[in-house]
Amino acid sequence: MSSSMHLAEDLYKKDVTSEPIRKGFGRGLLEAGKRNSNVVALCADLTESTQIHLFAKEFPERFIEVGIAEQNLATVGAGLAAMGKIPFISSYAAFSPGRNWEQIKTTACINQRPVKVIGSHAGLYTGPDGATHQMLEDIALMRALPNMAVIVPCDSVEAEKATLAMANHPQANYLRVARDSSPIVTTTHTPFEIGKAYVFAKGDDITLVATGTMTYQALMAAEMLFKDGIDAEVVHVPTIKPLDGVTLLHSVRKTKHVITIEEAQINGGLGSAVAELLGEHAPTPLLRMGIKDRFGESGQPAELLEHFGLTAKNIRLAAVHMLETNHK
Amino acid sequence: MVKKMSIKELEKKAYDVRIDIIKMLEHAGNGHSAGPLDLADMMTALYFDVLKHDPKKPDWDERDLFIMSNGHCAPVLYAVMAHAGYFDKKELMTLRRFGSRLQGHPERTSLPGLETTSGPLGEGLGQAAGMALAMKMDQQSHRWIYCMMGDGELNEGNIWESAMLVAKYKLSNVIGIVDRNNIQIDGTTEYVMPLEDLKGKWESFGWHVIEIDGHNIEAFIDACAMARAIVEKPVVIIAHTIPGKGVDYMEYDYHWHGIAVGIADVAGAPPKHDQAAVALRELRSLKGKITGDHE
Repeated sequence: MSSSMHLAEDLYKKDVTSEPIRKGFGRGLLEAGKRNSNVVALCADLTESTQIHLFAKEFPERFIEVGIAEQNLATVGAGLAAMGKIPFISSYAAFSPGRNWEQIKTTACINQRPVKVIGSHAGLYTGPDGATHQMLEDIALMRALPNMAVIVPCDSVEAEKATLAMANHPQANYLRVARDSSPIVTTTHTPFEIGKAYVFAKGDDITLVATGTMTYQALMAAEMLFKDGIDAEVVHVPTIKPLDGVTLLHSVRKTKHVITIEEAQINGGLGSAVAELLGEHAPTPLLRMGIKDRFGESGQPAELLEHFGLTAKNIRLAAVHMLETNHK
Repeated sequence: MVKKMSIKELEKKAYDVRIDIIKMLEHAGNGHSAGPLDLADMMTALYFDVLKHDPKKPDWDERDLFIMSNGHCAPVLYAVMAHAGYFDKKELMTLRRFGSRLQGHPERTSLPGLETTSGPLGEGLGQAAGMALAMKMDQQSHRWIYCMMGDGELNEGNIWESAMLVAKYKLSNVIGIVDRNNIQIDGTTEYVMPLEDLKGKWESFGWHVIEIDGHNIEAFIDACAMARAIVEKPVVIIAHTIPGKGVDYMEYDYHWHGIAVGIADVAGAPPKHDQAAVALRELRSLKGKITGDHE
């Protein structure tokens, strides 16, 4: 564990503190609203679910309810941004950016307006709602857009910092947050900057590159691997675009083995981003863990992580196997 | 600021704009013909009478905002902007060329004076609503936002999402204009996807509707004044126009929606190499004959 990262003290305990990542967004937005009167919030009939109600209650005159109309959510946001506002538009990721991607492309990205897109209920942590609501393609969709930063925090504490950073960022941004509780990995002292990746655990044998809720699983896997005599480095990537190639390449050139872990489609997601980076700059044996070209299904998040092979145990096995295979 | 003109001068200016549109399209070798030609009267009226704007200060913070939601009608927007003094008219001939500020569809960041990037349909009214909401938050009630929409564009669900929101928040400084020319790429609007009862649709969405002849510049200017005076509801002006207005062989023919002069032989039109010359000859002779009803 890297002491300079100031990770949560109870991180390795069984009863680690947990909280939905979206709650951090809600608190961050409220704080951003207090700091800057140009911050405004829009929602598509999911005010409490997306945690934007905290802002709406404090600043009703700066809150717009657009109804179940995600295309309009994006275009109205772009119009507000045209007048100097900093609009945070929130819905479930399945619908925004799932339904309004073209509006985001045209009115925020080509048009260069700093619309802040909040995709809540992304990934498997959406649980029982099933495949239609478990957005797994959002990272791929948003990563393809010029003038768009893609941010995937690992916990509610980091989500709060990311929200505040987005309010000061000149471009359109996408923030991916999850519904159900997940372990809190970081503290208020953990560094966060848009565009930076962080080494959360140091090691020389293999690099585990993780984002979102998978960073916790990667840290737990590193802990198990340590007992196996394998020194794994965990690089947390909260910004998938722009990707922090310097930090990643520095780690990979040392360990020469890489596993990416994400709770999203590996096609177009973090796995793709890292594969592209390595392919061009440092070809290295790579395993991409994540959702492999299929849709989700109903279940509790823990059951789904198990089913899709995205637990610390799975990561540990994959790392052991990779090192064995490559050393034969 | 732009010097005010008489109705007769505006009508003549609209024909100069049409002549430029034909030259631009012929030079570009592609682009849309019918919509830009039918919008020439209203667009001239907007940029030379209705809008509060200053071509020398495109980012003047007191200006009215004009949004062309039907971005494929860019040629008429560029032509009136050049005539109003936003840039040199010579630049009009760069339309759709590599390196030009006059992109095939309007791109805000490439040309000062454009308020939005448009082209993908249905996105202008929502942006107008966002702008109006921001003005409301900042207590700016003296600025107007005019949003031009095509009638075919009203097939888009996004438009009606925006129409509901504008009515909900009583954003009466948004003024919608519908270019009711009855055509879209695949045919007439009523064939492709019937819009009627269009007036009833807007009214049921909470809007006040004014219907006018979109080639009657005086009626359009009056309609805009009335729209500004109505504060309890947002107003949409349904402007009935003749697609391809001013060029006899294009008028009413949906085939001219998405093509430029000089690139294809179209039934009822001169051979392609003659199309621009015939159109220009006709527009020049019409311009000499204009006399408004007001005289």
